[in-house]
Amino acid sequence: MRPSPRRLLNILVPVKRAVDYSVKIRVNPAQTGVDTNVKHSMNPFDEIAVEESIRIRERSLSSSPSSPSSPSSSPVTITALTIGPPKALDVLRTALAVGADSGVHIAIGEKEAMPEPLAVAKSIKAWIEKQNEKAGGKEGRVDCVILGKQAIDDDSGVTGQMLAGLLGWSQATFASKVEVDEASGEVTVTREIDGGGMQVRCRLPVVITTDLRLNEPRYASLPNIMKAKKKPVEKLTPADLGVDFTPQLEVVRVTEPPKRVGGGKVESVEELVAKLKEAGITAA
Amino acid sequence: MRRSKPALLPARLLFKRSIRTSAPRWNQPFDPKSIERAEDEVDVCIVGGGPAGLSAAIRLKQLEREKGNEIRVVVLEKGSEAGSHILSGAVIEPRALDELLPEWRTMEEHPLRQPATSSKMLFMTEKMTFPMPHPPQMSNKGNYIVSLSQYARWLANVAENEYGVEIYPGFAGAQLLLSEAPDAKDAWGNDVRSVRGVITNEVGLTKDFRMKSSFEPGMAFRSKVTLLAEGAHGSLSKQAIQMYDLRKESEPQTYAIGLKEVWRVDPSEYKPGLVQHLVGWPLSSDTYGGGWVYHMNDGLVSLGLVIALDYKNPYLSPYRELQRMKHHPFFRRLLKDGERIGYGARSLTEGGFQSIPKLNFPGGALLGCSAGVVNIAKIKGTHNAMKTGMLAAEAAYEAIHEESEDAPATDMSGYDKAFHESWVRDDLYEVRNLRPSFGTKLGIWGGMAYSGVDTLFLKGRVPWTFKHHRPSHGPDKTSSLDSSFTEKADLHTPINYPPFEAPLSTDLMTSVALTGTNHAEDQPVHLRVVKTKDFVKGIEESQNFAVGAGVNALKAEAEIDAVAEDEVEAERKRRIEHVKVNVGEYAGLLQRACPAGVYEYIDVEGSGNTPEGDAWQGKKLVINSQNCIHCKLCDIKVPTQDITWTVPEGSGGPKYTLT
Repeated sequence: MRPSPRRLLNILVPVKRAVDYSVKIRVNPAQTGVDTNVKHSMNPFDEIAVEESIRIRERSLSSSPSSPSSPSSSPVTITALTIGPPKALDVLRTALAVGADSGVHIAIGEKEAMPEPLAVAKSIKAWIEKQNEKAGGKEGRVDCVILGKQAIDDDSGVTGQMLAGLLGWSQATFASKVEVDEASGEVTVTREIDGGGMQVRCRLPVVITTDLRLNEPRYASLPNIMKAKKKPVEKLTPADLGVDFTPQLEVVRVTEPPKRVGGGKVESVEELVAKLKEAGITAA
Repeated sequence: MRRSKPALLPARLLFKRSIRTSAPRWNQPFDPKSIERAEDEVDVCIVGGGPAGLSAAIRLKQLEREKGNEIRVVVLEKGSEAGSHILSGAVIEPRALDELLPEWRTMEEHPLRQPATSSKMLFMTEKMTFPMPHPPQMSNKGNYIVSLSQYARWLANVAENEYGVEIYPGFAGAQLLLSEAPDAKDAWGNDVRSVRGVITNEVGLTKDFRMKSSFEPGMAFRSKVTLLAEGAHGSLSKQAIQMYDLRKESEPQTYAIGLKEVWRVDPSEYKPGLVQHLVGWPLSSDTYGGGWVYHMNDGLVSLGLVIALDYKNPYLSPYRELQRMKHHPFFRRLLKDGERIGYGARSLTEGGFQSIPKLNFPGGALLGCSAGVVNIAKIKGTHNAMKTGMLAAEAAYEAIHEESEDAPATDMSGYDKAFHESWVRDDLYEVRNLRPSFGTKLGIWGGMAYSGVDTLFLKGRVPWTFKHHRPSHGPDKTSSLDSSFTEKADLHTPINYPPFEAPLSTDLMTSVALTGTNHAEDQPVHLRVVKTKDFVKGIEESQNFAVGAGVNALKAEAEIDAVAEDEVEAERKRRIEHVKVNVGEYAGLLQRACPAGVYEYIDVEGSGNTPEGDAWQGKKLVINSQNCIHCKLCDIKVPTQDITWTVPEGSGGPKYTLT
């Protein structure tokens, strides 16, 4: 009689429906933000996060010989979560198509503004607490959150860090390599920093944010997209989680950067030095 | 020659097994023979999520509701969403929409918010404009100015959410799935293989046709009816037309290129609902074409230039013509203090009634602009495209029966018959002699004179039907009539275009950035340097999937014996011949004509030849396929007729939202 496999890891991957990376961003006529009447798709860093969670699962499957080959009873479960208007469901379906097991859609109205990072972090925390409460003991608790390091439309880059702070969990941000050791309950992450790479070892539970070099996301194949339609998606509202999405910040104005003015050409080295001195730059 | 096929399981068994992503086959060349494709069965597979395809889908589902027989409809769209690859002026006649969705005015979010309030025609000289009378067909009472991209997106929403159509954006119809052996007759009585479905594009191949770890073969949709709604000069439509000789009894298709910009103009210049058409400058009197200005909703103005692709001068650059048109005082005033927010280009059909091919083939049919239904007097085609979709849906619904594996291919001849009895045919018949009348030595003057008489008085009620004009040598039916008009460069002089004046007019790359076009890096070049009939032969007969994709791709295929060694040499020769004729005789036409800067003929550094050995006299062809905006001009206009446009990996290409 085969023992049922130990549940090794429950990964939550929040994903965001952001302006598509190849669209040319423009400031909207009211100067309050960018024109969002353009193509949206999953934030590229979140695609990397989803991919990493799937790779963690694949690695755990290949390394433990007694586990069954079908992903549905795999010891690693991946849940994708998104906050957004009804159209955000498309992004969730993409995550399900590449390998997430189930989805969570925290729905806001079509015309409402997207929540600020703090509200996002609070929502994720609230969902995790609900989930952990439901789970009770060790099985079913969320022990890893993998997010993109930033969204490419607002470039805030703080949600992961705020989430870790609110939860009191370890955090490993700007990850370019992730190694999970389920046995010891530790994660070793190589982080991208200005000087190069920094290795940190964290105890689970952990919040990881992904950087560009972590992996190259796979394509969602058409058969998988069709199958993903049947995967379960939990629908919630901010009220269900007890989170207030009222903005704390007021955007005063958004403008394009000033147009580049032409530079000047200098005729000789002496002139260059003179101009540098004029600008107050000296060899001190 | 028969395709060797691996054993195909019935679709439901395939899906019971969990389909894991296949083990990575790092860097192995692609072997078409060892491919196992996922399969699915649908009733109708529609290639193309534009107005024609979506109207067909919606109509099919309406029939399902009315009559009760369930029908599974799948729409494949190569753009990242419906509407991202479509571009047009556009002023829409709501005639077909009123038939398809009579309640559309009450539907929320419908994009027909700006009625056309006028219709004016202007003749332009270099400095002035003169009002001109216009054909009565061009009056716009009851019409709407829309962004066709938004229109398609709205229709797709309706189709998916209200009618349950399955739409898969990001997946291109790459190949027709044919029956194993000839099992049907074409319209002329020949035994042919029938169309049994569509295969989507492979993903995860490198430029040199090696498989990346992310490789996934395309999926095969087995469908009882395959409807091709790819827009003008569609890639699968071109193959079907050639395979089934659909143009046997009709004129070849003729085309134009439309380049468009969307501007947010200063409120003082904005006149919502204004529709203006321009003829004359900057085009010369032997070049057919003209400009337009439409004032859309929300302070936006759509403007652009259409140039017929039978132009003679290889030094003509459609992009530069558009940019210099904007230097005219009329445009300077309109666009002062404005902001350009969109740019794009797409070919359109001009052949009209004479160029309508046989519309059906065993197992499928051509819809919309893939057939070619633009009314060039009205300069509108969306209403016709939608109606063809509806007619095809009705015919398909009738023709589909419960069937077994060996049922005959669905006969769609009911659609061809219905087309010729419909108002689409009448719409096109009335104006059939107008475009050809511009093809005489009198150029646009002769055309305007004849068209004036015909549109005002005769309305096409004459016993003659002009053929499209021909150059002294006739083309073969698969190559384009338009390209054969191009004259050699030594008969013309380069055109002295004015320098750009940003922000009114900019260089090409600044404009291309506005299309949002991109293609995933390191994939096979989708612009194949090979004549279409050799391309089709290569795929179907010799299983040479890499034909036209470059010497390195062929080398990889030869490595695994997927193709014979002499194919590599043939590929090299094709490239050299292409550069020799295009650079030597036509001054590198594609470099000037492509509205996205895809083609370049550049000098080879150093020793004078490339590592692949495909340069000619120190010049080589560089294809920047990542810039491609899927306009199909190259396939139509290249003088050597050796560019075959094929689909790239899905989701690539432009991301139009306002065009």
